[in-house]
Amino acid sequence: MHNCEIRGLLQAEIRRILDMDTAKAVSPTPETTTPDEAIKVEDLHKSFGTLEVLKGVSLTANKGDVVAIIGGSGSGKSTMLRCINFLETPNSGKITIGGELVEMHADGSPSNRRQIERIRTRLAMVFQQFNLWTHRTLLENVIEVPVHVLKVPKTEAIARAHELLERVGLGDKADTYPAYLSGGQQQRAAIARALAVDPSVMLFDEPTSALDPELVGEVLTVIRDLAAEGRTMLLVTHEMKFAREVANHVVYLFEGRIEEQGPPAEVFGNPKSERLKQFLSSVA
Amino acid sequence: MAQSAELLSLSPPGWGGNLLRGLSHSLQIAFGAYALGLVIGLFGAYGKLYGGKVTRDLLAIYTTVIRAVPELVLILILYYVGSDIINKISAAMGGGRVEVSGVGAGIWVLGIVQGAYATEVLRGAIQAVPPGQIEAAKSFGMPAFMTMRRVTIPAMMSFAVPGLANLWLIATKDTALLAVVGFNELTLETRQAASSTRAYFTFFLAAGFLYLMVTLFSGGIFARIEKWARRGQPSLKGGSR
Repeated sequence: MHNCEIRGLLQAEIRRILDMDTAKAVSPTPETTTPDEAIKVEDLHKSFGTLEVLKGVSLTANKGDVVAIIGGSGSGKSTMLRCINFLETPNSGKITIGGELVEMHADGSPSNRRQIERIRTRLAMVFQQFNLWTHRTLLENVIEVPVHVLKVPKTEAIARAHELLERVGLGDKADTYPAYLSGGQQQRAAIARALAVDPSVMLFDEPTSALDPELVGEVLTVIRDLAAEGRTMLLVTHEMKFAREVANHVVYLFEGRIEEQGPPAEVFGNPKSERLKQFLSSVA
Repeated sequence: MAQSAELLSLSPPGWGGNLLRGLSHSLQIAFGAYALGLVIGLFGAYGKLYGGKVTRDLLAIYTTVIRAVPELVLILILYYVGSDIINKISAAMGGGRVEVSGVGAGIWVLGIVQGAYATEVLRGAIQAVPPGQIEAAKSFGMPAFMTMRRVTIPAMMSFAVPGLANLWLIATKDTALLAVVGFNELTLETRQAASSTRAYFTFFLAAGFLYLMVTLFSGGIFARIEKWARRGQPSLKGGSR
């Protein structure tokens, strides 16, 4: 084999390892969104092996919308949320974030690494298990992405981080490591970390499901405040009362399809689908 | 006793200076080999975890073969084969015989051995990092290399340090094996001193003492590193933040 051929192969392999695939993209189709649309998901499909979790989901969230996604376990609601920032690779479908279509390979994986990284910095995710970086203090957790990814000057990031921690009620815990905090405190810190990137959309993946019942309230209070100030949010949740209160649009997923959606008063007050009625009575 | 002290004195006719020179050679090789091993180990671990099939297979062969063959045999193979290859290349390029430097050869040979073990230590440590932490970095748009530098490596350190401390101690003692290829590290210097003076007991005891000192000192350093690596993790004994 020729020398530079080997080098080429080697480089390809290293890129593969570092997940830096820069292969040719499927050419993006022209934009069809209005400037108001924060997120548009069209006909999203996702399977894990032979199990089809999402069977063609479409969803639009405008700026300032709070969309609550409800459904039984296994209905695909978390998977849908994770497909939006490509933590899961969809099998097919189109995802448009802030008017920008995510370039995808034919197999659904993002084809433009830089684009997906850039888009991700505008979508902040709050996880069920908090996923704070345990080797960093709360302050370090909050400034990590602004300083290292967004290249915000450190002093500026620190000042902002203190404000955010203050805001979620953790002003005195800036120098504490996550492991020494309660679940509720960790989740509030995770919300501060998400706010630090000044996201255009916040994705909440069952933010209170891992919490003790008495800690749920403090986290919901923070999320409620964010909704009140007009943040665009997608919220996967089991807290029906909360969803009804903060969301302006509710989506009910059943076995990978949107069974019913609409304003909360409609969806909760006057459900049309039998399945939704059943679901609501089972969680009430 | 007085006789031993005289034999071990630092200036001739004492052999203490030779022993210390040997020790310094040993430490140089151990440092170099350890560093090389860590680099190989990091790439090896990432390759094994995220690489394609070919990379994974090649790395599996590497770690299996290196860990299967006794180190003494490996040293003989790598040292003689290595210098032979270098000489062949040199001859092909029209050069003369190349004298392979003992330190350089020692670092390469032991580094390759260390790399195989480090690959496994680091692979295990990386796998022990909660996937959510890496996922969080990804979800905020952190590029792969930065995630490795800022999240994965710091988070895996606490899992890796005990294994890496073992590897370091093994590295310091594996340098003794280089005596067989005539490299004047501590063990060979000791043997020369001992056979010249017939004071075997004195010199080997002294060498043992030096190795022990290296171990004790390293233990202290690694305890500090471990404490740093475990920052943010409550200790099992309970305690303060």
